[in-house]
Amino acid sequence: MPATTVTAPADRGDSPARPAGGAPAPGRRRSGPLARIPVPLWLLLPAALVLIPLFGYPLYQLGLLSVLEFGQPQASGGVPTEFVGLSNYTDVLGDGQFWSVLGQTLAFAAFCVLTTLAVGATCAVLLTRVGRWPRLMLMFGALGAWAAPAMTGSTVWMFLLDTNTGLVNEVLGTQGHNWMYDKWSAFAMVAVVVVWHSFPFVMITLYAGIQAIPDSVLEAARLDGAGTVTVFRRIMLPMLRPLLVIVVIQSIIWDFKVFTQIYVMTGGGGIAGQNLVLNVYAYQKAFVAENYSLGAAIGVLMTLILLAVTAVYVRSLRRSGEEL
Amino acid sequence: MISKRDNRVLRQGANTAAVVLALLTVFPLYWMVLSALKPKGEITSAHPRPWTFAPTLENFRGALGVSGFGRYFLNSMAVAVVVVVVSAAIAFLAAVALSRFRFRFRTTILIMFLVAQMVPVEALTIPLFFLVRDIGTVAPGFGLSSLGSLMLVNLAFSLPFAVWMLRGFVAAVPESLEEAARIDGASRFTILWRILFPLVAPGLAATSVFSFITAWNDFVFAKTLILDTDHQTLPAALMVFFKPDENDWGGIMAASTLMTVPVLVFFVLVQRHMVSGLGGAVKD
Repeated sequence: MPATTVTAPADRGDSPARPAGGAPAPGRRRSGPLARIPVPLWLLLPAALVLIPLFGYPLYQLGLLSVLEFGQPQASGGVPTEFVGLSNYTDVLGDGQFWSVLGQTLAFAAFCVLTTLAVGATCAVLLTRVGRWPRLMLMFGALGAWAAPAMTGSTVWMFLLDTNTGLVNEVLGTQGHNWMYDKWSAFAMVAVVVVWHSFPFVMITLYAGIQAIPDSVLEAARLDGAGTVTVFRRIMLPMLRPLLVIVVIQSIIWDFKVFTQIYVMTGGGGIAGQNLVLNVYAYQKAFVAENYSLGAAIGVLMTLILLAVTAVYVRSLRRSGEEL
Repeated sequence: MISKRDNRVLRQGANTAAVVLALLTVFPLYWMVLSALKPKGEITSAHPRPWTFAPTLENFRGALGVSGFGRYFLNSMAVAVVVVVVSAAIAFLAAVALSRFRFRFRTTILIMFLVAQMVPVEALTIPLFFLVRDIGTVAPGFGLSSLGSLMLVNLAFSLPFAVWMLRGFVAAVPESLEEAARIDGASRFTILWRILFPLVAPGLAATSVFSFITAWNDFVFAKTLILDTDHQTLPAALMVFFKPDENDWGGIMAASTLMTVPVLVFFVLVQRHMVSGLGGAVKD
């Protein structure tokens, strides 16, 4: 960079009177092989030092474990590990329970995503139509639900739904009804908590997006005779499209990976595992049944499914012209 | 065309709907705090009332004293603060690299950061458990049942999103400012620290919320990696409290309140930056 060499004469040594802002960077004086490493790589180095050993390496290990025979005897070091090829995968894929868990994971995630988007988008549009106080109230309410940790959200809703002392049974007059006993009722209750936790993100993001559309654009459309529906369809939707994609994909990722709420509310997967989703299923296989390699194989399959979603995401980002 | 009167009715309806939704959304939190303040008798009553005339701190005393939630609170706080500070620093540098420089593999690295967010981290508990166990034999401060292990793991899992989000904030700062500083003779370090950093600070605050939540809410790593009670963090400790039948709901609600308040405070503090940050992402 020529600019820095031109101004170099200002650097007159280490006089303490010099303002700190003008201090020469330590890197400037360096010569030798280190100086030849480009700046962006220096800046990325700390991130790499954290992510390679703590993210990349475990990911590699996950893949490795999934092709080994690795249970409790191997984990404690008594028995040597053995390469078994794809037999863990054939075990998983040949197990009827895997397919039913996969099915209900997809159904549960789809239901949560659609409901979250519907509620979030409705609230975002609502926010643009109301006065100052209702808007602030809804914003702060949503912020509270967003901030509530998944763990405490689950405990509070469990208390509200409690069989004997819960408020919901009191209000509905259904004392003694156990909401978590029936499979679908249990899934529905968990879904309520998931949506409660995640609609604020959708609402606030979309609201910010709508606010960012310049009034002049909407004004111009109205002057040209466009009605409310046309303005919404032809102007707002296309302008919000990049944000909508982000919100949809984020919701899919979150809801496909729901762990805490299912684990806490259904006591680790429900009666006889009726409320298992893939994430909890893999965890139970690994740490409860102590079949680590089978759990790892399920984890790899889950990662592959989410990678497919990511690929769609990256493609649509590219297509919408956003520069990565 | 909609008449003025219809318009007013519509607006009133929207206002009412917003208020009702706000109350519904906030109600579980109200119920949590209320139940934490209720005396024992009212909690176990089969006819719960949405108010109490005898608020008491007995549940909080129980949670903090007998159940040791004070300690778990401090453990959680230590992990979250370290993760927030370190992840902000590392993510800032990485975000600058990715939005201010053009270099080979830049797009590849970006996509890797994106993909990293998709990985179901719960599945990684399996290899991480063994990794942390092995680290423990060399450096016990980062082995199983250490807060250090939770800090490292949560740092790694909060970084990809932090980098991804901060990138937008860095890109929003006009490059001409740095250009001007460079012409005035500022070094690269000065530009980073004295020019870019203050301008990106609101973005850092918004990003910190997400790192804080990742660390503070983490349940699965704490449950897997922490095997003794002394180093437990709040979510996993709360789970121990939680029994399918004989639940001490007053205690659970008090502990839940203690766990929710710090996040709420953090959210309210940086709320403005979050919304403006997300709004800024649209204009790109």
